[in-house]
Amino acid sequence: MAKESFFKPFYSVLVLAFVCSFLVSLASVGLRPLQESNRAMERKKNILLAAGLLHGNASDKDIDTLFAQVEPRVIDLATGAFVPPEIMDPKTFDQLASTNDPQLSHPLAKDEDIAGLRRLEKYSLVYLIKDKGKLKEIVLPIRGKGLWSTMYGYVAIDSDLRTIDGIAFYEHGETPGLGGEIENPAWEAGWQGKKIYDDEGKVAIKVAKGASKAKAKAASYEVDGLSGATLTGNGVQRLFHFWFDDQGFKPFLERLRSENGQEEGENG
Amino acid sequence: MAETTTRELLLRPIFHRNPIALLVLGICSALAVTGKMDTAFVMSVCVTVVVACSSFVISLVRHHIPSSVRIGIQIMVIATMVILVDQILKAFLFDLSKQLSIYVGLIITNCIVMGRAEGFAMNNPPKASFIDGLGNGLGYGFILMTVAFIRELFGSGSLFGIEILKLTSNGGWYVRNGLLLLPASAFFLIALLIWLMRTVDPEQQEND
Repeated sequence: MAKESFFKPFYSVLVLAFVCSFLVSLASVGLRPLQESNRAMERKKNILLAAGLLHGNASDKDIDTLFAQVEPRVIDLATGAFVPPEIMDPKTFDQLASTNDPQLSHPLAKDEDIAGLRRLEKYSLVYLIKDKGKLKEIVLPIRGKGLWSTMYGYVAIDSDLRTIDGIAFYEHGETPGLGGEIENPAWEAGWQGKKIYDDEGKVAIKVAKGASKAKAKAASYEVDGLSGATLTGNGVQRLFHFWFDDQGFKPFLERLRSENGQEEGENG
Repeated sequence: MAETTTRELLLRPIFHRNPIALLVLGICSALAVTGKMDTAFVMSVCVTVVVACSSFVISLVRHHIPSSVRIGIQIMVIATMVILVDQILKAFLFDLSKQLSIYVGLIITNCIVMGRAEGFAMNNPPKASFIDGLGNGLGYGFILMTVAFIRELFGSGSLFGIEILKLTSNGGWYVRNGLLLLPASAFFLIALLIWLMRTVDPEQQEND
């Protein structure tokens, strides 16, 4: 290599940095719409999976048609009241981003934070599925720490507001084949028909260690654990206990229950 | 080096100078993504594309790279390639990019890529560098696919996600080997492969 001038390293790095950053930003901006739509589609798919409206693989078009019957709404977690779409549009509200916004979220004290969330948002999305104007199912977004990672999922609740219709986890970083089996449809199917609240209205759902041995009534609150993934299972149980207690969706579900007598109880 | 033919450049890294088996480079991703065949396959393709392209680009500008900052420049080229690949995966193969998650980003730190840039592309013309990168990517892919084949077949009872051995957890007869699901099992498998390759081809053995 020929003798180098003093400035050559500087400008060659600058030129290269410019070319590289141009390429990267081009790809990032150019492909963003596609990536966003992939993510949105993934969420819709899992909402439908949790609600039991979709089985196996479906094309994006099928998902869109099925999703037409789902009505997204924003609720205030503390009061459980619906937030009118004029104030907060459920189509544009980004719930996960709002956890980083000091206006829209608050930090959780260590002893309350059983699901390992650190910050809890003020508003949450909920998805209502109606049949001829009557509420059939509600799909709620849930998340919480497992063994390695935060697990993100949806849970569908029946119109009695305590029975699980289905769950679907769509993002996690648990060990593939062990804790990662939380996204296995065969395991998720075991949640169907289980009850979240006991007769006194306390959160009673449990993830067993290994196969559930509970009998009779207790069996309706207990789900089979995943063998080799006890810690992930504990995480799933804790996130249910968090999201269905006072900090989570309980105020919302109670409000719905008390309004149940009225025909259109969702204008609160 | 001048006499090596294209064919040799392409094929030699697959068996005789395999980057994983002989040089023991790029082990970390080989442990992480070999649980399933399809992730291993996509990872192999990604690494092959990145090695070939970055070697090509670096070789193209090799006379203009000041030797004092050459490592930094190589890393910059490699990082750009990796980000491009990652962005493309996220846009077009969303499901797989979710499974590969951080490992695509970690191709930047894959020693094979930088090893080829520094060891070959800096001193050879673009075409030869490209072929050499391709060959090394394929060599990496060969090991990855072999390990993934064993791990997925005996760990999950399937190949490319298609059920081959029916698992007891799905009501079948095959009791899965839990060890093979864990990344550490790839250590044993790679060690066995290295042993096998060095037995078949004694030239690869190191003198001590």
